[in-house]
Amino acid sequence: MPTRRPTRRTILAAFCLAGLSLAACEKKAEDKPAEPKAGATGTPAPKLRVGFSQIGAESDWRRANTESIKGEAAKRGVELVFADAQQKQENQIKALRSFIQQKVDVIAFSPVVETGWEPVLKEVKEAGIPVILTDRAVDVSDPNLFVTFIGADFVEEGRRAANWVVKATGGKAMVAELQGTPGSAPAIDRKKGFEEVIKAHPDIKVIKSQSGEFTRAKGKEVMETFLKSSEGASINVLYAHNDDMALGAIQAIEEAGRKPGVDIKIVSIDAVRAAFEAMVAGKLNCTVECNPLLGPQLFDAVEALAAKKPVEKRIVTKEGVFEQAQAAEAIKTRQY
Amino acid sequence: MTSFLRPRPALTSLAWPLAALALLVLFNLLFTPGFFNIELRDARLFGTPIDILNHASKVAIVAVGMTLVIATGGVDLSVGAVVAIAGAIAAMLATRTQAPFPLVVLAALAAGGVAGLCNGVLVTRLRLQPIVATLVLMVAGRGVAQLITDGLIITFEHRELSSLANTSFALLPIPAWIAIALALATGLLTRRTAAGMFLEAVGDNDRACRYAGVNDRAIKLAAYAFCGGCAGLAGLVECSYIKAADANNAGLFLELDVILAVVIGGTSLSGGRFSISGSLAGAVLIQTLTKTMYMHDVSADVAPLPKAIAVLAVCVLQSPVVKDRVSAAFSRGRP
Repeated sequence: MPTRRPTRRTILAAFCLAGLSLAACEKKAEDKPAEPKAGATGTPAPKLRVGFSQIGAESDWRRANTESIKGEAAKRGVELVFADAQQKQENQIKALRSFIQQKVDVIAFSPVVETGWEPVLKEVKEAGIPVILTDRAVDVSDPNLFVTFIGADFVEEGRRAANWVVKATGGKAMVAELQGTPGSAPAIDRKKGFEEVIKAHPDIKVIKSQSGEFTRAKGKEVMETFLKSSEGASINVLYAHNDDMALGAIQAIEEAGRKPGVDIKIVSIDAVRAAFEAMVAGKLNCTVECNPLLGPQLFDAVEALAAKKPVEKRIVTKEGVFEQAQAAEAIKTRQY
Repeated sequence: MTSFLRPRPALTSLAWPLAALALLVLFNLLFTPGFFNIELRDARLFGTPIDILNHASKVAIVAVGMTLVIATGGVDLSVGAVVAIAGAIAAMLATRTQAPFPLVVLAALAAGGVAGLCNGVLVTRLRLQPIVATLVLMVAGRGVAQLITDGLIITFEHRELSSLANTSFALLPIPAWIAIALALATGLLTRRTAAGMFLEAVGDNDRACRYAGVNDRAIKLAAYAFCGGCAGLAGLVECSYIKAADANNAGLFLELDVILAVVIGGTSLSGGRFSISGSLAGAVLIQTLTKTMYMHDVSADVAPLPKAIAVLAVCVLQSPVVKDRVSAAFSRGRP
């Protein structure tokens, strides 16, 4: 078979296109760059430069998180170098390396996964740049590789969800669990916290547990399978690691001819706007807040670092638990 | 070799995925309680096998298009991203405008077709390797979808659009009918006319085709555009299923499942030979595997392993070496 050998022209064209597509990504990442108004604060000190590597834009939650960080940077006149990793660790590692080259003052990022950060964080440390983790933690042997971790306590969120289940069911429930992406910190910790609490309640049993990968489509597909399994009819509580999976599962429950929020009580985590809408409609019972608006706390830490002040190793975001009764009221003030 | 030892290629390519599917179904029959519980509820069938058909149809729809592209010796990696783009366009039209439903469908299909045409132009005019040409859109496409939806998950209440993937017609879910109709139409179009022969000829040896007076570029271009259109259709089904356009997750890694379905179905990745019915069987096989894993509570972090093993088994059985050995063993057994 006469296959055409790639000519020099082909290769050149391929490189050009690859470059173009990269440029396109780059452009997207820097979409709406947070241009601080120079001189707005009037301080003579050189502008702080912060490199931030975001996981992606996989959910409304993440979007609110990004907006909060970009908004706060603009407000404080900090120059933000923002990079979107599109859910890929290698993109984040590349971004961190480019931050080193750009000699930013502080690097902050939300790691896609927990492991595999040691080498690049060592490079950052050698460059003398402090690292702040936001939202998700990393698993490294040397805790000095980062300065502080700002974010929700996922284990505590799992506990709160479990406490609600105990309260709402009187300590007797057959639970189906929709886990997050396997290996991600929120999936691991939210499962752990939930199990911790229900251990003391032998009549609460998790009879089905499977990953819905934090997405609506998978949440719906997996719930569909749960409901048709031999134990499906006995499920009366659904615990979803995020709101999106719960919203997908609600559709599956309706299609199976059961009433979400009534026949099957549903608790999920994040508290995004769509979850409040579902609560107002009576289809979701409870959502445990996971606050994405960490911009202010992040830049408090950044400014403290710049002023050579000590920063706490663990900064926990402020969070609440919302039930149906409060939903109609709370939805009015929801920013995300 | 005598002709009866070499059954028609369409038959052999179908035999292995169907055999694997039969094995899997048998396994479920024995070890998965309730797998075959099908009941009639509100004039629609309700049960696990129906769910499998429903979910497999998304992969199957794209696989029909992909089969033709692969037949020409190419590949389209961008289908997952195109699914996201088409879903985003459909959801935006359904929520932000008063566009009638046929227009929403047409827009999604057109978006897919245009995306496919772009791929086709890169491959035929600029002579890029298909894998590189379609990689461009695979990377950039999801960004385009994000731009369209402004990074949000667009939820809609549109009656026709949300019922597309969530209602049944004549007992089966509509997506399954779409997949069947698309496969039948494509099968007829390629096998009852010369189109199929041209596709295979181009995939086998495009230069010889050109010397024989066949416009190989036009054929390739048509295959890519058609594949894009199929991805657009799948995008409609996907967004309809969750009644929302999720630009980030819609069709994520779909290209891998689709290529897998096509390869399991006996279409050669080097081009020159294709089987649409095989690709359909491949799509159903992959979804049955996924569902079986869910039903047996195989945790998601190890789920890819049994899947990979099953796929490897089917591919090994299909390899020419094993096939020849098997048919040799059979012919020896004959009196």
